[in-house]
Amino acid sequence: MTTLPTQTQKKLGLVIDLDTCVGCHACVISCKGWNTENYGAPLSDQNAYGADNSGTFLNRVHSFEVQPLAASEKVQPAAQTIHLPKSCLHCEDAPCVTVCPTGASYKRVEDGIVLVNESDCIGCGLCAWACPYGARELDQEEGVMKKCTLCVDRIYNENLPEVDRVPSCVRTCPSGARHFGDLGDENSDVSKLVAERGGMDLMPEQGTKPVNQYLPPRPKDALPEFDVLAPFLAPIAEEPTGFLGWLDKTLEKL
Amino acid sequence: MNQPKIDLSPKVSDEIRKTTCYMCACRCGINVHMKKDPLGDLKVAYIEGNRDHPVNQGVLCAKGSAGIMQVNAPSRLRAPLKRVGPRGSGEFEEISWDEALQIAADWLEPIRKEDPSKLAFFTGRDQSQSFTSFWAQNFGTPNYAAHGGFCSVNMAAAGIYTMGGAFWEFGQPDWDYTKLFMLFGVAEDHDSNPIKMGIGKIKARGARVIGVNPIRTGYNAVADDWVGITPGTDGLFILAMVHCLMKAGKIDLDYLAQYTDAPVLVNCDEKSPEFGLLMRDEDGKELVIDRVSGKLTAFDKPGVKPDLSATHRIAGVTHRPVFHKMAERYLSDEYAPEAVADRCGIPATRIRAIAAEIARVAFEEEFELDIEWTDFRGETHKTMKGRPVSFHSMRGISAHANGFQTCRALHTLQILLGTVEVPGGFRFKPPYPKPAKAHPRPHTGMNPGQPLNGPHLGFVQGPEDLAYREDGVPARIDKAFTWENPMSSHGLMHMVISNAYAGDPYKIDTLFMYMANMSWNSSMNTRGVIEMLTDKNEETGEYVIPRIIYSDAYSSEMVAYSDLIFPDATYLERHDCISLLDRPICEADAAADAIRWPVIEPDRDVRGFQTVLCQLGAKMGLPGFTNDDGTAKYEDYADYIVNHERRPGIGPLAGWRMGENGTQSGRGGVNASQLDNYIENGGFFVEHIPEGANYYKPWNTKYQDWAVGMGIYDSPQPYLFSLYVEPMRKFQLAAEGHGEHQPPDHLRERIKATMDPLPIWYSNDADNKGDEYPITALTQRPMAMYHSWGSQNAWLRQLHGHNPLYIPTKLMKEHGLKDEDWVKVTSPHGEITVPILEMAALNENTIWTWNAIGKRKGAWALEEDAPEATKGFLLNHLIHELLPPKGDGLRWANSDPITGQAAWFDLKVRIEKAAVPNESQPSLPPIKSPVGTGPKNLAWKVGK
Repeated sequence: MTTLPTQTQKKLGLVIDLDTCVGCHACVISCKGWNTENYGAPLSDQNAYGADNSGTFLNRVHSFEVQPLAASEKVQPAAQTIHLPKSCLHCEDAPCVTVCPTGASYKRVEDGIVLVNESDCIGCGLCAWACPYGARELDQEEGVMKKCTLCVDRIYNENLPEVDRVPSCVRTCPSGARHFGDLGDENSDVSKLVAERGGMDLMPEQGTKPVNQYLPPRPKDALPEFDVLAPFLAPIAEEPTGFLGWLDKTLEKL
Repeated sequence: MNQPKIDLSPKVSDEIRKTTCYMCACRCGINVHMKKDPLGDLKVAYIEGNRDHPVNQGVLCAKGSAGIMQVNAPSRLRAPLKRVGPRGSGEFEEISWDEALQIAADWLEPIRKEDPSKLAFFTGRDQSQSFTSFWAQNFGTPNYAAHGGFCSVNMAAAGIYTMGGAFWEFGQPDWDYTKLFMLFGVAEDHDSNPIKMGIGKIKARGARVIGVNPIRTGYNAVADDWVGITPGTDGLFILAMVHCLMKAGKIDLDYLAQYTDAPVLVNCDEKSPEFGLLMRDEDGKELVIDRVSGKLTAFDKPGVKPDLSATHRIAGVTHRPVFHKMAERYLSDEYAPEAVADRCGIPATRIRAIAAEIARVAFEEEFELDIEWTDFRGETHKTMKGRPVSFHSMRGISAHANGFQTCRALHTLQILLGTVEVPGGFRFKPPYPKPAKAHPRPHTGMNPGQPLNGPHLGFVQGPEDLAYREDGVPARIDKAFTWENPMSSHGLMHMVISNAYAGDPYKIDTLFMYMANMSWNSSMNTRGVIEMLTDKNEETGEYVIPRIIYSDAYSSEMVAYSDLIFPDATYLERHDCISLLDRPICEADAAADAIRWPVIEPDRDVRGFQTVLCQLGAKMGLPGFTNDDGTAKYEDYADYIVNHERRPGIGPLAGWRMGENGTQSGRGGVNASQLDNYIENGGFFVEHIPEGANYYKPWNTKYQDWAVGMGIYDSPQPYLFSLYVEPMRKFQLAAEGHGEHQPPDHLRERIKATMDPLPIWYSNDADNKGDEYPITALTQRPMAMYHSWGSQNAWLRQLHGHNPLYIPTKLMKEHGLKDEDWVKVTSPHGEITVPILEMAALNENTIWTWNAIGKRKGAWALEEDAPEATKGFLLNHLIHELLPPKGDGLRWANSDPITGQAAWFDLKVRIEKAAVPNESQPSLPPIKSPVGTGPKNLAWKVGK
């Protein structure tokens, strides 16, 4: 068993905007690229060019369809597609840490990032079982547990320009759907964004107190019905000849 | 707590090399991080977006980051190949470059001396068309084009003929000011990062996004409102909105009068040989009635206020303004929402609601920017009026046989609202705006041993520009610029192989292609094309298409069907220029171009294809590639990029040209250090458009003067938008029997019906037997993959390793289907049996799949049991380049009758549940891989 810090100095994490995520997987591959080359063992791929190919990813995008229920004002609501990027949520009560038999999994006191010390990891997989989000993956080549590091080797890295000291998924996201910051500081940009947009915990019933937050999609297909908008299309004339009369009158005023 | 100490500031890389991505057509700037491997060699370690780059501003998509897996892909070709087995077997031997170039020259030189048209040179996903066309011109063949004919020509040609610019990388919504953004069409590829960035930006501001697409994925998934339209009916939907907006007077009369041909007078005498043509003065200027003087005058005279309503009668002929004809047509009940709703699959009240919202935002949220500007009539405007409604479209609306008119309809809607080139609307990127008339006309003048008489492709202005030989035979192998498809500005790559096979209009000797997977996903009727490529003449034992030369960096399906292979370098191993002469990377506020340069050296015996063309051109003594003393003019492509001048002072790159006082932008002499200047600047060049010149560009004196200074035009080119495309009327007039150039009789009725100078809509269902095959089948390309070139990528193929056929809930129920069942899909042309998944957010009569995931066994260095080859599939087997027989004894092309664009998305099918086969059907036998297969596992790490 491994213990969690009673509290952390910061709660660094991601805020992911489901209203603008187009499901392009840019974050997935950027993460794969950075974390293959950096922290710990490379993220390996099995049967890379064959059948049943698979590999280690620290971040994946899942796509869901949502069928809103019929309502009196919308009898046949259209189905929706939601893209959900998912990586370690750096939970305050991280069950993956407390379950670790060797102390390899730990939560950093300074910033709350949950990490795996690969030299102490025996690849037992208990943490992956304990994580309700499926956010940890055992690397088949190296036999160690891999997970999102929140790019701990980028965010403080003095070899990077200051503007680039963010996780690689945040830096690369084309639609600006990923934000990084201290969710423990209510004045931080990310905390304000969460407050403004009604940010949510993923699966709060699990009691893990995830640090990462999701911004819900805005209501879809909410264009007002035509009767509300009708004044904007009030006809200027019923007959084509009337149109030309209107045209002459309007041109005079120009 | 015993926290391990970790290094928070590891060294990121040993060097950053900045170049341009080539994982799709977006052309983002990338930082390639190089690290020393244990042997001390610099290797590509990590790729990220370049923050300074105008296209992507630091972001990068999945493809871009996965580029590292492209440069180590096992499918990379290693050396020139000569076919030793039968075509399609995949049996090759590696040969030297000397031998490869000698073989090619031995084939091509006799052709050039006798009949250069026996070479058909078509380039696929080429980003160097101004160069490859220059090579083809110097060779002298009329048979050159890139792949626009099966991709984008409806979009590009409709835009350029209508408003002198188009969607895709030629223009962009005004992301800074737009409040309502409407996106049409399936496919999510071109300009993909800028669109994602733009959507993110406007949504953060609370702007509304409306997606019109039968499929709710990607951009449509985040759209606030989704219009799941019936495929092929976008034009009808748009014209219904035009009807509503005109009827409500929610159109910008001031804009229409000043900047468009709406007030231009049209001959309305049915008996006149000029019926339907525009009135012009002696200089060819369009004539309008001036509202101030009431007199007939050229549109561009100082002080003229063109009248949208006044008519003019002269010599017994009444002339009415274009706008009258528009009112007459679009106010008709034929276009009322109630009349179109069922066909479009959109309730009439929804059509009205969307039109009303457009009207509200365009006119109630009108705004002004405090920027003074002067128009081409010399009038100074104190402010720039903005209308914050913008539109964009993907290929979906254009890949239909009514696609040209549909794209025209969309531009007409934009123009009626006065929202093109205004703040908040749609904006051109240099070198656009540029009207069709300022582009070349097509050239096919051929003289054996000599260059062609001008550029191959262009914009016809009437029947006199069609491309026929003196004996009446179409001049081009693809029959571009003929009565069958007069305005085929990009050529018809999809017809080359079938025409060459049929010897219609004539036989060729050598087919030369680049980056075009014609024996697989880039052809309609894949199996038929394979047969055409492998069929032999019974008498001679020769292949019907005698010789095929192909260049690709990878072991694609097309390699196996070629006789001689030039292995290309990957994009990190080569020079390229993304040129203003071609498809540049400009932004609405700036002209820009870029280069690629070898950030790594190839570890194989390969050469960049453009370098090979320089060398082959010199070997054959082509004039543009040879000095007077017979030596090679350009050692390689880099040499060409720096030293070639298209016109004096204008070269492939606009940055750091040599002037009298050092380097300068746009025009200037050759600068030997130009590529170094680009590399120092991150691989690109940007010149910002000055303030006051960046909106209203087609009519803005300051922009026009700036463009001349940059070398974009040689003189100012102000023009009117063409709501009424007069060249189309000229083709109609010919079909009605006027003029010396006459179409064949069997085409007269179709030309009269389709070449309408004002946008119309017509159904393609009957031609595709929509009554027997009621479901439309579409493809999209995943954002994380680029055509076939993504399937070999070890990372990307984990995202999209196979492609189920997505079926809407209603059809699932009707056919008793559940997820992971298989269905047989039948079209008038063929059948396939494939795995399915249900999708609810889908038009109820549409099925679709991801394009080009399916692979032929043996290609791309994949193992033969890879899911791409066993479960993946192509819809191409269901599509034919010809329409099903109509019973008139003729076979009509499955193309737009105006431009010849391949009508991929007119595909009609029916489905039935099938027993689960071993593999997707049809399953073609494996081809032998010239490069073997990839390693089993990968743990790719360059540094320690």
